[in-house]
Amino acid sequence: MNKFVIEDLTVLYSDGNESLKGVSLEIPANSITVLFGPAGGGKSTLLRVLNRLNDLADVVQISGKAHLLDAQEEPLDILDSGTDVIALRRRVAMVFARPIVLPMSIRENLTYGLRTAGERHKARLEEAVQRSLEQAALWEEVKDRLNTPAVALSGGQQQRLCLARSLALQPEVILLDEPTSGLDPISTTKVEASLQELKQSYTIILVPHSVQQAARTADQAAFFLQGQLIEYAPGKSIFITPQDKRTEDYVEGRFG
Amino acid sequence: MMTRETLDRKINQLIDEILVLDSMVETATLEAIQALKKHDVDTARRIYREDELINARRFTLEKDCMITIATQQPIMATDLRLVASILEVVGELERMGDYAKGIAKICVRIGDQPHIKPLIDIPRMGDIVVSMLNRAVGAFVRRDAEQARMIPQDDDLVDALYDQVYRELIIIMFKDPTTIDQANLLMWAAHNLERMADRVTNICERTIYVVTGDMHEIDDSDDEMSQV
Repeated sequence: MNKFVIEDLTVLYSDGNESLKGVSLEIPANSITVLFGPAGGGKSTLLRVLNRLNDLADVVQISGKAHLLDAQEEPLDILDSGTDVIALRRRVAMVFARPIVLPMSIRENLTYGLRTAGERHKARLEEAVQRSLEQAALWEEVKDRLNTPAVALSGGQQQRLCLARSLALQPEVILLDEPTSGLDPISTTKVEASLQELKQSYTIILVPHSVQQAARTADQAAFFLQGQLIEYAPGKSIFITPQDKRTEDYVEGRFG
Repeated sequence: MMTRETLDRKINQLIDEILVLDSMVETATLEAIQALKKHDVDTARRIYREDELINARRFTLEKDCMITIATQQPIMATDLRLVASILEVVGELERMGDYAKGIAKICVRIGDQPHIKPLIDIPRMGDIVVSMLNRAVGAFVRRDAEQARMIPQDDDLVDALYDQVYRELIIIMFKDPTTIDQANLLMWAAHNLERMADRVTNICERTIYVVTGDMHEIDDSDDEMSQV
């Protein structure tokens, strides 16, 4: 089942730096889709289209189709100006490259979103704290100090806290923009391992920080170059037998 | 991102090593057949001993492949298919070295007993097999899939010669059971060469895989059961 259907998507920034040119792809639910390629290729732009973070950027033109499908495959037109962006972002969460923890306790970091959304029931909040920390593979490390400041956590723990914070709201999709670029290898392994678990329940779209991470994590991978989708194929094949010469040259480190 | 130059240099070194290993196997095969033909037991014993050098070189090459994989990541696409195939090809070459050693051993076993038949077809098989091997390794290092597709056709010549040797030896054994011992040894020698040609086909399959990413058998007529 598809989670996103994107057709002929074109995005143009005012500075013309990064854009998308007629990109079409279908992103399946409950799997990890990796968007990779050299800087300026359009992968982060696509990520930001999917939960309308581009609303805050200087986009001069956006056209084409980008639909988010629910479990009944009912489409939501992401690009429609009438779409409720808050509701969209609740369904489509985002984790950024640098962990941004709120200057609060670990517990409050996790309950903040739910409280803002109106949840006051203490037991339900506690349940969300534990569930989301477990899903982000952080529970065992912090369960005895939930009331300590989140900023005291290590970088890897902070990033998993950010992941947990987005999971607390039970979104359908998690977008991750180079989520482990600042992490040590062990923390990176933990985040990647938790993504493999999370894909059972969520749709994950990842912009990796390296080709190796792309190869390790991708169920399917899309290679972007200068705003174009060059190749979109299962992770099992694109890194071993890429069909396009440009994909091959990139994964072999001939440019980028 | 890694430096391509280092990976390219490593891969070129691996390819050079393949060429060295190949020439050792080709030489051992031709010398073993010549030794067999001329009852040259001393040469045969040397070939038998020198198989150790082929084995040692194979392990060194395998180790170099592993070091390349470990230290030059990411190794992907054609690079990955090539390094993985080098591991396969060195295994095939080492096994072919064993076949040459087997022929040398047969030479020693026969010693100075007169041959029960003139050795003409077995050296011909050897010449064809070594030519196939030489071209196959050449195609592998040049990543020439077209050439790799052509070479296995010569396997038919080797198979035909093998059948001929086989039939001839059966007749000789029927006529004179005292020849059975040597006939059996010569049959083994021919069988070794027939198997070598099949392993050349495996190298050709690897070449096609490196170039195209397609992994399939070129021809399954080397399946011994297909003739049953």
